[in-house]
Amino acid sequence: MMNDTRAFWQQTFAIIWKDLRCELRARQVWVSMAMFAVLVLVVFNFAFDLRVDNVAAVGPGALWIAFVFASMLGLGRTMAAEQEHGSLDRLLLCPVDRKALYLAKLLGNLIFIGVVEVIAVPVFAAIYSLPILTGMIVPIVLLGTLGVAAVGTLFSAVAANTRAREVLLPLLVFPLIVPVVIGAVKASQALVSPVPNDPPWIGLLIAFDVIFLSISAITFPYVIEE
Amino acid sequence: MQVAKESPGTPTSPPLDQSLPRWLRPAWRTVAAVWRPARPYAFAAWRPVQRYGEYVLAAATVVTVLAAVWMAFKYAPTDALQGDVQRIEYFHVALAWIAFLAFFVVFLASVAYLWRRDERWDWIARAAAEVGTVFTTLVLITGSLWGHIIWGTWWAWDARLTTTLILWFIYVGYLLLRSYTGRSESGARAAAVLGIIGFVDVPIDYLSVTWWRTLHPSYQVPLGQTAQAPASVVSTLLVAVLAFTLLFTFLMLLVYRMQRAQSVAQRLRARVELE
Amino acid sequence: MNAQLVSPLSFETPHTQATPMSVAVTRAGKLYDLRPALRDISLTIPVGARVAMLGPNGAGKTTLLRILATLAKPSTGRVEIEGLDVVTEANDVRRVVGYVGHQPHLYDELTARENLLFFARMYGLRDGAQRAGKLLERVGLRAKANQRVRTLSRGQTQRLALARGILHEPRLLLLDEPDTGLDDDANALLAELIRERADSLTTIFTTHNLERGLALSDTTLVLVGGRVAHMGPARDLTVDAVRAWYTRAGRRAL
Repeated sequence: MMNDTRAFWQQTFAIIWKDLRCELRARQVWVSMAMFAVLVLVVFNFAFDLRVDNVAAVGPGALWIAFVFASMLGLGRTMAAEQEHGSLDRLLLCPVDRKALYLAKLLGNLIFIGVVEVIAVPVFAAIYSLPILTGMIVPIVLLGTLGVAAVGTLFSAVAANTRAREVLLPLLVFPLIVPVVIGAVKASQALVSPVPNDPPWIGLLIAFDVIFLSISAITFPYVIEE
Repeated sequence: MQVAKESPGTPTSPPLDQSLPRWLRPAWRTVAAVWRPARPYAFAAWRPVQRYGEYVLAAATVVTVLAAVWMAFKYAPTDALQGDVQRIEYFHVALAWIAFLAFFVVFLASVAYLWRRDERWDWIARAAAEVGTVFTTLVLITGSLWGHIIWGTWWAWDARLTTTLILWFIYVGYLLLRSYTGRSESGARAAAVLGIIGFVDVPIDYLSVTWWRTLHPSYQVPLGQTAQAPASVVSTLLVAVLAFTLLFTFLMLLVYRMQRAQSVAQRLRARVELE
Repeated sequence: MNAQLVSPLSFETPHTQATPMSVAVTRAGKLYDLRPALRDISLTIPVGARVAMLGPNGAGKTTLLRILATLAKPSTGRVEIEGLDVVTEANDVRRVVGYVGHQPHLYDELTARENLLFFARMYGLRDGAQRAGKLLERVGLRAKANQRVRTLSRGQTQRLALARGILHEPRLLLLDEPDTGLDDDANALLAELIRERADSLTTIFTTHNLERGLALSDTTLVLVGGRVAHMGPARDLTVDAVRAWYTRAGRRAL
């Protein structure tokens, strides 16, 4: 039993390491994701003509839209890359628990998106002049991204086998992650302009993450089997 | 994977249209063609239920829907605050209830499909999703109509309406996924996963949207007064809910048959093409 | 109406009760969305057999191989490898089965050595580094060990794929059309590798090259239309007999 758990995590980290190595060498996904996120923030500024007084209200929304859109790009790519050169079969042939596969893909995606966020948040704070770089921003970004990635990783496997996968992925994922977006934006806003008697947004994020992580991990094997 | 074996229904008594006047038979046959059962049950006692069950269901549906319409427009009293516009609410609430019920059916059928891999569960899930989408669209339309008259806007970010909108998007996503993956087993599995996750998402949606809404208390949906409402209002609502439940069941039956026919047709077509 | 080529349900190669079965298929079927790819197949293969799977296109050869490799699940029936069920004990089966398919199943961006090391970790092999080194030497890729797979030639990639297939010392090796994928050197290498492990390794390969198939195997399995048309010692068959099945299958209504 103990050996199984160790093997589970060893395999998970082996896959993550492999994905990171491949991506570092191919350099396909990261750069475009990061550029895209920053671009969204900039375009938002023009689209909404933000003045000093309404920046606090609209800014966090812009940040999370940038994250969600960039995530869609990244999620689509990591699964599609696996499909392109010999498909998921190379991993499916190995004696690896399918949940480990899901976890590995999820953590890999989180790292990709995380790097983008590490770049985007300071840029955001600078462009929008919002004092958002406090310690609390880290758990909010983490929890929000986890929610998006948990659902997104599952559906990237679903969409990878269809035509028009780039449009199907956001189509399926956006309605499902609305609670995460609401929670993350509200929690981010609370950092800038705290509201008394605020509902526990972070609690909502945690609950959402736990529920969707479990369900996605359980249903993932059904999606990738033949 | 079990494949439903089709065998033509063999009625033990002469078909009903023989007792009809000759000029009425074509019309009857057209209608009956939609309802004809495809497979007889083994037990003789079930046969009358099967043969006549759908007709009873159809008749009950028509009767209750007509009753609901009459009660909503004539029987129920005019609301003091809103006037006659309030009558839309009877349909709006009933439709909303059915939309959620449909989603629940999709959830159950999806779980059953992943567990048993019987394609009939997939047909049920698809049927419920299609019917549910239509009902959800109607909920949004009636809600929007009502809002336009009462509040002066075509849309308001009220908690219930917003959650219904998200529900609608999830449903439509489900249908689009079915369309993109075609009639295949992998598509059925993927859609089943979506059916499960989508349903679990709805209460969380409602919670988050309600919390979000508490910060903008500009629009009130005056629906929580059923406790003090007069008996006629409550009974109208109940009849409306019953009517739409029967309508939902009836439509589900038809769409299920259509799904089955399409699956069987696709397989037959493939066999013919391969020869 | 239902013209069957050969009707017996169960095909068995002669074996004693004590000999363990490498592969035991009982009434297995596979239903893809529109058509059954495999219908009611039953067969057993003893340890150490070299089986050539023949059959026209669409007969179900690749499907059967994929089921044995646990890449697909049978819709009906039961498939056991070394006594392990492919559905309920899938991960245990994967440890004893090696699969070399049409695609190399390698990662372009990793080097040859890194690929083998990765798969060694996935199979839970403790001496991954040693095995990788030895295998790279064996397949003649020691010079290219630290080059990315993307830069390797097709033949070299195929040889690396072969190395990946036997990295974990499988007891059952499945090869999907190895002669179209591998060049002559690699094919000779493959034959050598199989010979070296003759007692413990069961091999099943598909091929369209009938002469080669009959020459390299001791058992022949002919699939037509998703069913087993023939299974028996290779020496009992001639190329013409197999070709006759192919043409009959072409004329036969499904």
